[in-house]
Amino acid sequence: MTEMITFENVCKRFGATVILKDFNFKVMRGEKVAIIGPSGSGKSTLLRMIMALQDIDHGKVSIDGKPLWDLNHGQHLVKPTRQHLRDMRSLVGMVFQNFNLFPNLTALGNVAAAPRHVLGLSKKEAEGRAAMLLAQVGLSEKLSNYPSTLSGGQQQRVAIARAMALEPKVMLFDEATSALDPELVGEVLGVMRELASARDLTVLVVTHQMGVARAIADRVCFMEGGCVVEEGGADTLLSHPKNERTRAFLRAVHLA
Amino acid sequence: MDIFSSSFALEVLPALLRGAVVTFLATIGGFMASLVVGGILLGLYRSSSRPIALFGKSLIEVLRSTPLLIQVYFLFFVLPNVGIVLQPVTTGIIALGLYHGAYVAEAYRAGFDSIPRGQWDAVESLRFSRYAALRYLILPQAIIPLIPALGNTFITMLKDTPILAAITVPEMMFEANDAGSQSFRYVEPITMAAIGYLIMSAVAAGFIYLLQNRLGRHR
Repeated sequence: MTEMITFENVCKRFGATVILKDFNFKVMRGEKVAIIGPSGSGKSTLLRMIMALQDIDHGKVSIDGKPLWDLNHGQHLVKPTRQHLRDMRSLVGMVFQNFNLFPNLTALGNVAAAPRHVLGLSKKEAEGRAAMLLAQVGLSEKLSNYPSTLSGGQQQRVAIARAMALEPKVMLFDEATSALDPELVGEVLGVMRELASARDLTVLVVTHQMGVARAIADRVCFMEGGCVVEEGGADTLLSHPKNERTRAFLRAVHLA
Repeated sequence: MDIFSSSFALEVLPALLRGAVVTFLATIGGFMASLVVGGILLGLYRSSSRPIALFGKSLIEVLRSTPLLIQVYFLFFVLPNVGIVLQPVTTGIIALGLYHGAYVAEAYRAGFDSIPRGQWDAVESLRFSRYAALRYLILPQAIIPLIPALGNTFITMLKDTPILAAITVPEMMFEANDAGSQSFRYVEPITMAAIGYLIMSAVAAGFIYLLQNRLGRHR
């Protein structure tokens, strides 16, 4: 198996706050990984770095063997060009906590926008692809609805279809079910599970809902203070954590 | 003698209507110009090059902090010295565009700032070019909170057009003044002109209201 995402000695700080320090991390092609940990532990920043929404201070991030952020290339600090970031982003799709749908477009328009204006498909082709993806997430009836008329769960399913429309090899879910009412988590999680069943798709989930981690991931990483403290199979780590900090975190989560 | 003679009012009406057409055209022209100027000023202001950003900021300050009348005079009397001779009405439209463009730039800025950060995350992660993002996703959203501000600009500009009389643009107030000075009767032409501005403002306000309701319906 080949490495899909590689972090090598990545450092990042915001002002005096260290987010990642000498961070090393690997995800294999097709692997489904969940990252859990207290807020401020750097897990969302990690995803934003993979999506090239957040730069790094030091180190190297590679996707599918190609350097994305490679700031220590040789001796010089190399800042990637906008075009390089755009090219690399074709490998990755991201789903956000607050959906971030475009309020001026219908569900169909949201999903068709990137195929049309980024990939250059015709309106008909783009909308055909969008309708198919929306059917896959169970929203065939809602094609012409604007986001403001959809429930949170429906909006997030549109957002998943929208990210999938560019056919990424990696899907990132940043607290994708955290802003939803509890009764709506199931429908989104169902769609996520179905996506995760695709053998080739690499899935990375950041969550503080252990049920989500369990449902999606083969491997779970517990992050705290900018490091992976403990990792292991989903069942092993969530049911029998070895590290005291992991145990403390899981206790706190279960009490909440 | 009556305070208000309707027969004299009718007599000056054709001249006022001619003036009203000029007022309307100058306002439309000035408004269009201010939309363009505002865009350019915001572009300068938001430039990643510090000197350019500073230049844009200073230009906005100068345009906002000096009276429109002075800017009109400046363009009208100074430009010919450097070989640029324009029709008074063209000069007037440019002056309105520059002066109000500075305010429009501020309105644009507020419009852009009203776009949540998450929209930019989505735009970036879906690989939109800057142009496509602005054209299809950001501007259609940014324009809705802009409508009240731009509507204000339009109506303020309409009421600023009498200043162009100072450089002989034959707009409505110029015509009213002209009619008054020939007959020494000012009540009728000035009152009629006031009604004219009132009607135009009211129609513009109604139009802005409709536009806002139509464009903002998915919010």
